[in-house]
Amino acid sequence: MNFIPPDFAPASSEIFMLIMVCVVMLADLTAGEKKPYLAYLLTQITLLGCTILTYTSFSIESVQTFHGMFVDDSMADTLKLMIYGTVSAVLVYSYSYIADRGMLRGEFFSLILFATLGMMVMISASHFLTLYIGLELLSLALYALVALRRDSVVATEAAMKFFVLGALASGFLLYGMSLVYGATGTLHVSQLTQVIQSGASSKEVLVVGLVFIVAGISFKLSAAPFHMWAPDVYQGAPTAVTLFIGSAPKFAAFGFVMRLLIEGLGEMVSDWQGMLVILAVLSMAVGNIAAIAQSNIKRMLAYSTISHMGFLLLGFISADSNGYSSALFYVIAYVLMTLGTFAAIMLLCRYGFEAEDINDFKGLSKRNSWYAFITMLFMLSLAGIPPMMGFYAKFAVLQAVVNAGFVWLAVVAVLFSLIGAFYYLRIIKLMYFDEPEVTESIESNNDVKILFSANGLAILVLGIFPQALMSLSLFAIQNTL
Amino acid sequence: MNFQDFLFYFFSAILIASAVGVITVRNPVNSALLLVLAFVTSAGLWLLLEAEFLAIALVLVYVGAVMVLFLFVVMMLDINLDRLREGFWKWFPFGALVALAMVAEISLVLMGKYFGLDEMPTPAPHDADYSNTRELGRLIYTEYVYAFELAAVLLLVAMVAAIALTLRHREDKRSTDPARQVKVKKEDRLRVVSIPTEKQE
Repeated sequence: MNFIPPDFAPASSEIFMLIMVCVVMLADLTAGEKKPYLAYLLTQITLLGCTILTYTSFSIESVQTFHGMFVDDSMADTLKLMIYGTVSAVLVYSYSYIADRGMLRGEFFSLILFATLGMMVMISASHFLTLYIGLELLSLALYALVALRRDSVVATEAAMKFFVLGALASGFLLYGMSLVYGATGTLHVSQLTQVIQSGASSKEVLVVGLVFIVAGISFKLSAAPFHMWAPDVYQGAPTAVTLFIGSAPKFAAFGFVMRLLIEGLGEMVSDWQGMLVILAVLSMAVGNIAAIAQSNIKRMLAYSTISHMGFLLLGFISADSNGYSSALFYVIAYVLMTLGTFAAIMLLCRYGFEAEDINDFKGLSKRNSWYAFITMLFMLSLAGIPPMMGFYAKFAVLQAVVNAGFVWLAVVAVLFSLIGAFYYLRIIKLMYFDEPEVTESIESNNDVKILFSANGLAILVLGIFPQALMSLSLFAIQNTL
Repeated sequence: MNFQDFLFYFFSAILIASAVGVITVRNPVNSALLLVLAFVTSAGLWLLLEAEFLAIALVLVYVGAVMVLFLFVVMMLDINLDRLREGFWKWFPFGALVALAMVAEISLVLMGKYFGLDEMPTPAPHDADYSNTRELGRLIYTEYVYAFELAAVLLLVAMVAAIALTLRHREDKRSTDPARQVKVKKEDRLRVVSIPTEKQE
């Protein structure tokens, strides 16, 4: 019985994060009453520290540790760096929103950091157990964040729905994993491929397991027909939490699909390809058509998320590294756009006033022409109009799908994104051609101003010069597969 | 049929009967007690599988702690049984359909040839001095240490979330601070008043 201690170095950012979460909690407990911004500062420092740790230990080779339960490779490091940046931006955007609503407490920040830790675990998991625990760590923190304003009936209802459906989805996922384990006898993602290749496992059991796994994943991705929770949660949660749910976890979901379906069950590509085609077409249809009928902006953006998840799945359907890297590019573009759109909503919120109706955008150009311009960039990008980043992301995904021989799928996707353009352009019409209902000017702190502008300009610049980011995505994917 | 087979069927029969009882009896307290019975019998089944540690943990943790707490909650809450049963028959056909489909799917896989005794033979029994608990501990603290620590973090999140969602600082609450209560001295509460006694005539 000789035990070799695991190599802790690849997991240094996870360990640092866990220590700092405890520090944030304790610091807020002791000094939080007098200095409410302390937790915020410490959280930003944590994210900065994690960025430095991950960046300096960026590994091009795939390194496994903790007995093959943890893997550190270029995809994991790239996704983690993106997540740190996204979470940090989420916090900058939402600081004044949560301060106005009495949510500036240590729990908010520690739960966000716990969720971030869960995402990091998911991305670096190479074992069914760690994949599942990472997912639960993320989900549990998100349920609590949605319910954090417990006096609000809508938020509580949203949290209940999120919790019950999320638990059901986890059950599906676990059942699928247990069937795959029963068929192959291994929980290690890297060994699955060999076992399936050797033909020792029964194909039928694997396919049944795969159905459950895909169902569980699409619950978490909010892909139709498993999307029912998304509109209610997006609408019911405080906007700052919606911003968080809508942005960073999408990176984790991407990593999760890559680890589980492509690295683990990549041998069964012919089986999951068909399932993903159905999910993608349904998501694009349901998302784009239902969004037209929404007058609540958060609800509309939830349906927009569903349709974008359909597009993301297109990248996986092509099942080659070009497709995966275009899917990664799509996620990056999507997260940048979501950050900006929800930031725009939060800019309209004031103390005691929630901007929720699309009519709140009326006449924004007359109230603040620069914000209106940046918001227009986000809307154009979401609609996929050149030269925005959203256009190039859609273009890359469609190119991958056509190369894989699914021309009809690309045609369907373009048709649905044309339908979807309507509700994004409606916001632009409201901002520029309608008279404002209130004439108050929009105030914000300098950091929000700078970040919001940079975010909007990034969408424009990365849309015109996408090559650098595209080659980064390709580099991350190719070194992993 | 040897004694082990007899025990297996004995426990299984009780387990299935009590599990059915959990969802069919009218009184929620009886239902919780039947769940306790189901746990104890499944612990017996685990003992037959040589999973002694899990069997004992199930009895200690679930029966001893969780279910007792649950019983308290059931008894404390004033559950209106009629409202729980409202709409049962309205939704019954739909629920039954879903349940039947699930049972059919699961049994197609499990009852078929894939998980039969030929595919999954009975593992060889261990020697008498084989310690299930030690093996489990050895694995948890070596090979599975990462997952084990993460599970601990998960519990921490649950704790933070539960406190964040339920702790309320109320101004008008009437509770005592134990620390202050302990520090109280006799002088704080007791005042000795000397009253001159009147002489009786």
